[in-house]
Amino acid sequence: MSVATDTIVTLMHGAGGRAMRRLIEETLADGFPEDGVDGIGLASMDDGAAIRIGEGWLVVTTDSHVIHPYAFPGGDIGRLAVAGTVNDLAMMGATKPLGLTSAVIVEEGFPTAELERVQRSMVGACREAGTTVVTGDTKVMGRGELDGIVINTTGVALADAVVADAGLSPGDAIVVTGTIGDHGIALMAVRHGLDFDADLASDVAPINGLAEAALGVADGAVTAMKDPTRGGLASALHEMAEKAGVGIAVDEAAVPVSDAVRSAAEILGLDPFHIANEGKAVLGVRADAVDAVVGVLRSHPLGAAAAVVGEATAENPGRVILDTGLGRRLVTEPEGEPLPRIC
Amino acid sequence: MRPGTATSGIERQAAELKFRDPEKARALTDAMEAACEEVGRERISVMHVCGSHEQSIAKYGLRTILPRTLNVIMGPGCPVCVTDMPEVDEAVALALDGVRVATYGDMLQVPGSAMSLAEAEARGGAVDVVYSAAQAGGLAAAHPDEEVVFFASGFETTAVATAAVALRDPPPNFSTLSAHKYIPPVMEIVAEMPDTRVEGYLAAGHAATITGSAIFGAFVERHAIPVVVAGFEPLDVLAGLLKLVEAVRDGEPAVHNMYPRCVTPEGNRNAQERLWRVFEPTGGVWRGIAHVPNGNLRLRDAFAGMDARRRFDIDLERVWGSSPSTLVQACVCGDIMAGIASPVDCELFDRECTPSTPVGACMVSNEGTCKIWHQYGGHPDL
Repeated sequence: MSVATDTIVTLMHGAGGRAMRRLIEETLADGFPEDGVDGIGLASMDDGAAIRIGEGWLVVTTDSHVIHPYAFPGGDIGRLAVAGTVNDLAMMGATKPLGLTSAVIVEEGFPTAELERVQRSMVGACREAGTTVVTGDTKVMGRGELDGIVINTTGVALADAVVADAGLSPGDAIVVTGTIGDHGIALMAVRHGLDFDADLASDVAPINGLAEAALGVADGAVTAMKDPTRGGLASALHEMAEKAGVGIAVDEAAVPVSDAVRSAAEILGLDPFHIANEGKAVLGVRADAVDAVVGVLRSHPLGAAAAVVGEATAENPGRVILDTGLGRRLVTEPEGEPLPRIC
Repeated sequence: MRPGTATSGIERQAAELKFRDPEKARALTDAMEAACEEVGRERISVMHVCGSHEQSIAKYGLRTILPRTLNVIMGPGCPVCVTDMPEVDEAVALALDGVRVATYGDMLQVPGSAMSLAEAEARGGAVDVVYSAAQAGGLAAAHPDEEVVFFASGFETTAVATAAVALRDPPPNFSTLSAHKYIPPVMEIVAEMPDTRVEGYLAAGHAATITGSAIFGAFVERHAIPVVVAGFEPLDVLAGLLKLVEAVRDGEPAVHNMYPRCVTPEGNRNAQERLWRVFEPTGGVWRGIAHVPNGNLRLRDAFAGMDARRRFDIDLERVWGSSPSTLVQACVCGDIMAGIASPVDCELFDRECTPSTPVGACMVSNEGTCKIWHQYGGHPDL
């Protein structure tokens, strides 16, 4: 059954997995003229667009942020709105945003003190990212017409070279820049009222500086880059494997996961590979540059736990295979929002 | 490749827990290999009856290291998967009628005759995901003006938690729609199925924590096949399977408890007492399997007021207005749970039937064989 024959949109279509990609490909991104777009456009389904301007690239990305609750351990919707867009630009190699737009839609009754708090977070995140908001838009909707607050940000940046999702070659090392699963598990704990008595906090942060450090090691050292947001590391690896037509072999023991996330995920029956991150990147790195790249990542405050977790392979194109230390299995993408399971 | 942070991953956990140690795993699989060779047959088929066992087998990739001659079948061990369509229909009808339905996360996508609870929610029904029966009770307390129905699934382990809530004076607007199932009767049914040649059972350690391991004694006597109670860490599963293969080899049907750190012969008497004070066994259909005498758990008459089936006049007609998809007829979930087929034998598997478009319940639950194979790959040749 394809999305087109479904009668209504469900939450699964917004969860970042296959269902969402199908909805976009078959409906939302369908039919726009491709003429005149030189570079990476809608059809690439990348983190953003890259339009050729002279010798360089104009990179554009946009992201609407809806999150419940809008404030959570480690951040809030304001920080997320800045980091999300800055990171999407950075993942395409555009690590110096020229500026952001910010469109805020607020529900009638939203406390202004809270709005100020969100605003201060946006300012703080802009400072960290070395960018600012250059224009914006404000709307207020009636009570019950939306859930509190929605923020859309668009970012633009110039880049000399674009890093695509699809750049992996067999032999490239797969590097993650830190622990996985922190954002999603922290949110889930708050949403479901689960008190784990543990330090669960979102990792939300702009990582353009981290990406810049990695890209600066050598031209072409970083072959592919993706931020493992919704759908987690599993979805990011899948997209990279599918788009490049390579396999990816992952060593589970090498993947950094904090003790708190590991325990909470195990209790909830969730796989940290499926959980969203908002301050991490997955990199494909040429084998001869891997030590240098991991070195600069680890010396950056946001990359201290960076690690090589696997390798792109010529075998098993499009598949992600995990060595659990005991045996081997497939890593697949989560379908829909991960839900705590019964037993 | 052995890079990465020294303190991450299962290596560190193995050091702490000792139940995920690759070296010990190899020793167990070597012993299993030897035992299988001594049996000397092309195929030895054993069955586990627990989704958590399949989770462990699949999650740690254990099928890639088991002896090729050992066929480990997943039986009807997923309570969500064996929830019958009319049971889902009842929950859907209640949700569409304005009742707040609380249930476990993996019940949301289980297809009913016309729709799942997730679809009922998308159509305006109030559906809440809860993590425990107690949380469902709390939801009723928080919404005193609404009827809150806990759509309760799970085997005897989970049913104890439901019973505990019923015994603790829940709010007057709280009731339970029981889809609870009881495992021992279905083991009899599957053992007697002519096409299922199960030579031994791996019994679920957590269920046995409640019921005790001695409960399987009568079964072993009647069917003359061994039962091994096993836990869920990878080494628990491997040790349990080794014991089972050895019992097959030695031709000595008995109950073996390989999970003694949790399971005793008599089980948890306190929990049993609560379970049977609230519930009584009754016959019912397990989806895809059969009518299982005493396989369902219903609330006793003393708790009739908390029984959603007796509290509401559930209108199933409206749900049955639209007919189930014709794909359902091609679904072999039942054969899979009876151990006759595996997911790759199904023409729908990973084509028409995926977790986002499930045809059978086995593709819905994290405990379901099809979902697990979809998620982790069932192939031993990876």
